[in-house]
Amino acid sequence: MYMKKRDLISITDYSREEYLRIMELAAEFEKNPNQDLLKGKVVASLFFEPSTRTRLSFETAISRLGGRIIGIADPGSSSVTKGETLHDTIKMVTNYADLIVMRHPLEGAARYAAEVATVPVINAGDGANQHPTQTLLDMYSILKTQGRLDNLNIFMVGDLKYGRTVHSLLMAMSEFENQIFNFIAPEELLMPEEYKIHLRERGIRYFEHLEFTDIISAADIIYMTRVQKERFSDPIEYEKVKNVYILREKMLRNTKSNVRVLHPLPRVNEIHTDVDSSEKAYYFEQALNGVFTREAIIAHILGLK
Amino acid sequence: MKDSTKKKLKLKVSAIKDGTVIDHIPAQNLFNVITILGLNKIDNQITFGTNLESDKLGSKAIIKVSDKFFADDEINKIALIAPHAKLNIIRDYMVTEKRVVEVPDNVTGIVKCFNPKCITNNEVIVTRFRVISKEPLALKCCYCEKITDEAHLKVI
Ligand SMILES: [Zn+2]
Repeated sequence: MYMKKRDLISITDYSREEYLRIMELAAEFEKNPNQDLLKGKVVASLFFEPSTRTRLSFETAISRLGGRIIGIADPGSSSVTKGETLHDTIKMVTNYADLIVMRHPLEGAARYAAEVATVPVINAGDGANQHPTQTLLDMYSILKTQGRLDNLNIFMVGDLKYGRTVHSLLMAMSEFENQIFNFIAPEELLMPEEYKIHLRERGIRYFEHLEFTDIISAADIIYMTRVQKERFSDPIEYEKVKNVYILREKMLRNTKSNVRVLHPLPRVNEIHTDVDSSEKAYYFEQALNGVFTREAIIAHILGLK
Repeated sequence: MKDSTKKKLKLKVSAIKDGTVIDHIPAQNLFNVITILGLNKIDNQITFGTNLESDKLGSKAIIKVSDKFFADDEINKIALIAPHAKLNIIRDYMVTEKRVVEVPDNVTGIVKCFNPKCITNNEVIVTRFRVISKEPLALKCCYCEKITDEAHLKVI
């Protein structure tokens, strides 16, 4: 019987029920990370652009599930540099592997690969477009620290214009009731209009602030982002905003006891190192949650559970 | 427009017995319309006039195709570049039906994605868009998810 394969390309491809299913599986894998569900299976890990952090997280997840990994870790040494098209690379790999995990510098590359491949594709980042497994691990971190995914006051700070992680997180979290969003960003990096329209259409409250002040005392989650130099066409614009929003330990003193600081990592200087020892800092645990979440995503997509 | 001009305009493009007249095409998009409809690849008799005077468009073009009747989804493809186009269906020298074009909900292979970092601009891929707004026109790329608006619209 032919069954339509399930991919994970954009966070909005999934329903609220699927988010919850993946959260449930992630909790199971956290309790028991080593399960031989991928035994005898081969996973292609195709990193057409280097991202050691994401690649290691995926490859750890695959290894803990007992799967074998083939792939490209360094695009400079692969057929990619010999001018082979993405189409042809995927056509070849789809015959070898049971699942493809891929990262690519071009936007839409993962969607296209999913059309070409006969096996499921997981998008591990396509340019500035989507990085859905990051969003799911962010959600799992929120669920773990807050005990719920609804009724939350979520602060997003920094680069809200180009930051794909905050856009995807906003889309996913707006599927749950009674959220409040607070956006803190400089004029140059405000949350794009299309996301604010999305919130307004759903009757979700949001507030915008230019100043990073004690308004964070109302927060349940403070999601910090890095201002990435490569997103700016004008280097002067980058210099103007790069040091504007830095979180320091003393700013957390009047915040709620349940508040947690998240960050997709790596950070540059937007979270001062004096925050690291605070019990409200959660970004290193968040990264570890990535392995359990990715195990859950793989199990869900391949129907292993 | 003076009556004498109107007469002259009519003379420029001869009448057809059976077929379709597509009027009110922006003159600069005539050849794109021809390509999109595949008129350069069929054997039917075709006459066209361009740089004709138009109150609405400034300068318009008109195409007459003998023995050709378009299906809705076929003709709606031109709505992106000729939104005000009007069709006259001719049978035995008489206009038997008038139709307007409508922007479709999905656009495949006609328009280029404006995003230079989109995979469709870097490999040979047929573009696909979802029309998220018809007026003003806004197309969301099914690959990179960026929005191409009217000002950035380019026909492939
Ligand atoms: Zn595109």
